[in-house]
Amino acid sequence: MTYAADVAALARKDLLLELRAKETLPAMLLFVLSTLTVFHFALPRGAGGLAALGLLWVAIVFTALLGLTRAFVAEREQGLLDALVLAPCDRSAIWLGKAVAVLAFLVAAELVALPAFAAFFAPVGARTIVAVVLADVGIATVGTLLGAMAVAGRARELLLPLLFLPLAIPIVVGGVGASAGGGSRYLAFLALYDAVFAVLSWASFEYVVAEA
Amino acid sequence: MDHVTRRLSENRGVASATAAVALLAASIGLIFFYAPDDTDQGFSQRIFYFHVPLALTSYVCFAWGAWKALRVLWKGDDEADLESYVAIHQGVIFGALTLVTGSLWARASWGVWWSWSEDQLVLFLVLFLFYCAYFMLRFSVEPGRARANMCAVYALFGVVLIPISFLAIRLSRKFIHPVVFTSHGPQMAGSQFLTFCVSLAGMIMLFVVLYHVELAGKRIDAHLRDLRELLA
Repeated sequence: MTYAADVAALARKDLLLELRAKETLPAMLLFVLSTLTVFHFALPRGAGGLAALGLLWVAIVFTALLGLTRAFVAEREQGLLDALVLAPCDRSAIWLGKAVAVLAFLVAAELVALPAFAAFFAPVGARTIVAVVLADVGIATVGTLLGAMAVAGRARELLLPLLFLPLAIPIVVGGVGASAGGGSRYLAFLALYDAVFAVLSWASFEYVVAEA
Repeated sequence: MDHVTRRLSENRGVASATAAVALLAASIGLIFFYAPDDTDQGFSQRIFYFHVPLALTSYVCFAWGAWKALRVLWKGDDEADLESYVAIHQGVIFGALTLVTGSLWARASWGVWWSWSEDQLVLFLVLFLFYCAYFMLRFSVEPGRARANMCAVYALFGVVLIPISFLAIRLSRKFIHPVVFTSHGPQMAGSQFLTFCVSLAGMIMLFVVLYHVELAGKRIDAHLRDLRELLA
């Protein structure tokens, strides 16, 4: 019970910070809308909804990257991570709290992005929405762990995309497959990805922040 | 005989280097003069004996690096951090050679430098990019315990990424990449298989030698730095 309370407190802290400072979410929203506009010009005339669906996944991954880059900046700049590591809570709770906050940001960004996409390009089916939710869980779990690594480095904004994109390729494969009418096995694959990497990130986060 | 084995264990490095040179020389001889021409692809098929052993060796490197990474996290073994890094470094070098030889072979037999409809090619590229990012991580973080742990976690993610990416890419592909090893054993003639095995053994031996040489160099470097700090 205390574990859940720790996680809730940490996630609440991040959401409250964002509500007051409004640093990350407006940037993510503006970014995803600008990206969709760029895609309109990048796609050749009459390319069709299928090509646009592929680009939707590019927009999702890059918007997520923008949010993930900011995720641990406050912790690192103000020495908060050291305090959290010293706090009498399980270290994986830090990861879970942050992942929940990141997931909330992603869902908020997509609440704007998906209707905008539907208006600009092509209608979005139920299967795409399920795939986006599953992909968000995967992005939040893996991205939070890698974000904690990248923020320890010198060139953190540069490092995170390099670490994250190879791991995001399976998400893109699953997401594009599911939204392009590939059947439910792609959704099952995304769920498998989420489960495997959630367990791995949960178990290994402790080593990433220990003695930081 | 006892005398010989003692001498060999004293000079393990020299012995393994000799074995690597002998095996590689033998494999080059076998590849060009013993293995038969392929019925479809003719002479160009012989690059198979370089390409596949290189690819398998780089998988061996990544697996060894992940094993050492596990030792870092599990036992807190400080030596294992350097060993894991060196293994992955060698893996990336063998991986780059795999991509080059694969590209040459694709050009010769399929007429293109690269084919996205290939499982093994795409998987290998994803892994290659992943392990290249490992170096970016390692060189942007200050050396120490924290870096060792982070690199170890990242290396372990790589081993999990292999089956996940493979599954992802398998979900929707046709393939023309020759599948040599099926559940019915290797699909090649005895002489080809022998050549392949010698070549594979040579490549793995080469990895072992390079691994120990680089490890020794890096360790000497670290000792030298410690001594300098003591003197300063």
